Amino acid sequence: MRREIPLIITTVAGLVFAVSYFIPHWPFGEAESIFGDWVAIIQAFAIWLGALNLVKVSLEKIYRKKEDALYAGIIIVCLLLTIAVGFYDGFTGGPQSSFRDTGTSFDWIYRFVYTPLTSTMFAMLAFFVASASYRAFRARNFEATLLLIAGFFVMGGRVPLFHLLLKPFTDVPYFSEFAGWIMAYPLTAGMTAIMIGIALGIMSSSLRIILGIERSHIGGGA
Amino acid sequence: MAQKNSKRISIVPFVIVISFFSLIIFSQSIQAQTEQEVFDSVQALIRQAEAADIPPAPVMKLQAVDNPNDKGGAIIVSWDLSVDDAEVKAYQIVRSESKDAGFELIGEAVRGNNTFVDNKVEDGKSYFYRVLSMKTTLEADNTVRAVSSLQATVEPVVSSAQWFYMTRASCLFFVLLISCAIIFYINKAKSGADIYVRKIAGIDAVDEAVGRATEMGRKIFFIPGIQDMNDVQTIAGIAILGRVGQLAAQYETWLEVPVSKSLVMVTARETLKEAYTQVGRPDAFNQNQVHYLTDDQFGYAAAIDGMVVREKPATIFYMGAFFAESLILAETGNAAGAIQIAGTAMPSQLPFFVASCDYTLLGEELFAASAYLSKEPRQLGSLKGQDFGKIIFMAAIIIGVIIETFTNYNVSQYFKVK
Repeated sequence: MRREIPLIITTVAGLVFAVSYFIPHWPFGEAESIFGDWVAIIQAFAIWLGALNLVKVSLEKIYRKKEDALYAGIIIVCLLLTIAVGFYDGFTGGPQSSFRDTGTSFDWIYRFVYTPLTSTMFAMLAFFVASASYRAFRARNFEATLLLIAGFFVMGGRVPLFHLLLKPFTDVPYFSEFAGWIMAYPLTAGMTAIMIGIALGIMSSSLRIILGIERSHIGGGA
Repeated sequence: MAQKNSKRISIVPFVIVISFFSLIIFSQSIQAQTEQEVFDSVQALIRQAEAADIPPAPVMKLQAVDNPNDKGGAIIVSWDLSVDDAEVKAYQIVRSESKDAGFELIGEAVRGNNTFVDNKVEDGKSYFYRVLSMKTTLEADNTVRAVSSLQATVEPVVSSAQWFYMTRASCLFFVLLISCAIIFYINKAKSGADIYVRKIAGIDAVDEAVGRATEMGRKIFFIPGIQDMNDVQTIAGIAILGRVGQLAAQYETWLEVPVSKSLVMVTARETLKEAYTQVGRPDAFNQNQVHYLTDDQFGYAAAIDGMVVREKPATIFYMGAFFAESLILAETGNAAGAIQIAGTAMPSQLPFFVASCDYTLLGEELFAASAYLSKEPRQLGSLKGQDFGKIIFMAAIIIGVIIETFTNYNVSQYFKVK
């Protein structure tokens, strides 16, 4: 029964979702929102599993004095500190206020610690794009050369410099027009092909799950 | 000299007379002009007052119909714009259950809009609608005066739920066709028919990647994306984790799965435990192999980057749904010298993985990977059915392009799904 019950739930839920796409009438039309609510409730409770696991793993690292015990310590301190500040703001703010209101200590942590850290990580993307582009654009074979040429024209069409270079000869923005053509036709065609493949893959994968052929996600082999 | 003086004396009265008459004419013209201006401004005020009282022309061709292809509870009210649309401030939609009385305002559509969806109706009840084209004027005492003209529906409208999305009929046809093909090939494979599946380099490299980690005595990282278990990509990733887990258990290599969602942690843990058990190594499984980091996208990326830099894993798998963090993770792994295999169905992230990873499963290959690795006939049969779907789509595209290019039949309209 440990296997059968999850399989039955998966099959029923999968079929209801598939049918609800084509039948708007009750109860099928409501299925998505009902299941969505259930998922949200389960996720809300499950967050504790994650938080407790994080604490457990971090404490073990500190106890065993592993190489990254220092980072584990920082995680524990930051986690507890943020929870404490949130509770403090929640209890001292009065019934009409929230710990997330502007001006609270929790808000300060969010704006001046969390947001800059997140922005920093996101900003690093610029450097990673540069290094990845350098590797991708090395003309080692025909495909890479093609990519290099396409990249040259698309980038050239996206910045005003190339248009300025052509300015003495013509006012027609050839670079940006060609870049637009590459984006509108070859790129869209390629993306559409990938999207069709993905749709078929999802369909095939879903059928395997609904029919109970694929069971890895419920802790079982095929 | 005397002659000259006498001439001068004779001009003076003449100049005086002319000046006098000029002054009279000038003053009269000013007076007339002022009177004309006053007259004009009074006329303008009268016209303005009259115009303020004249409502804009009513809307035309007002109709209300049940919203098609829905679960009920909605009526679409539409109209042709008033000819005075430029003056209209808003179209007010009022509703009543009787034809002549009890109308209540239910919403407004701003100038230029000719549709309103009433989502607050009960199925089975009859409703009458009126639309008022309304304009406002600012009075001298700063009060706003509104005037409007109305147009009413004649027939009552009733909303109801439909049993089928007619606009999705073509989609249903293809879903059934391809599903039948997949089931047909699954059954064919079950009956023992030989199923050929093309080689997928990225999946074939899984063995090599796990073996490399074993030889180097380093860890394997498996990153199942940042989406939860309700995303089919995460499910596909977890399915691949099962196969990778079996190999890791056989080779006795440490496989670590840092996750960003609690439910993924629970599922991955069960999957991995089962995988270790299936190859006879349940003792080698450690719960801490699967651990939670954070739900936050960049926090997750930062934590994994730190682990990769410190622990230098030999192999990293990225299997699931990824967003902007994909390149941050893959480039760090690349810099750490790990062999990297990625698979995602996020088209915008595929170029990043292709640039930074050794092997990339493009879209559909992610979903095929689990079946491919399992070598189980029924699963391989489903891949064959998927290929049948591709043939159908390729044929449809070619035929569609020919028809659309060389004929006047607008066949694409029959395949639009709303």
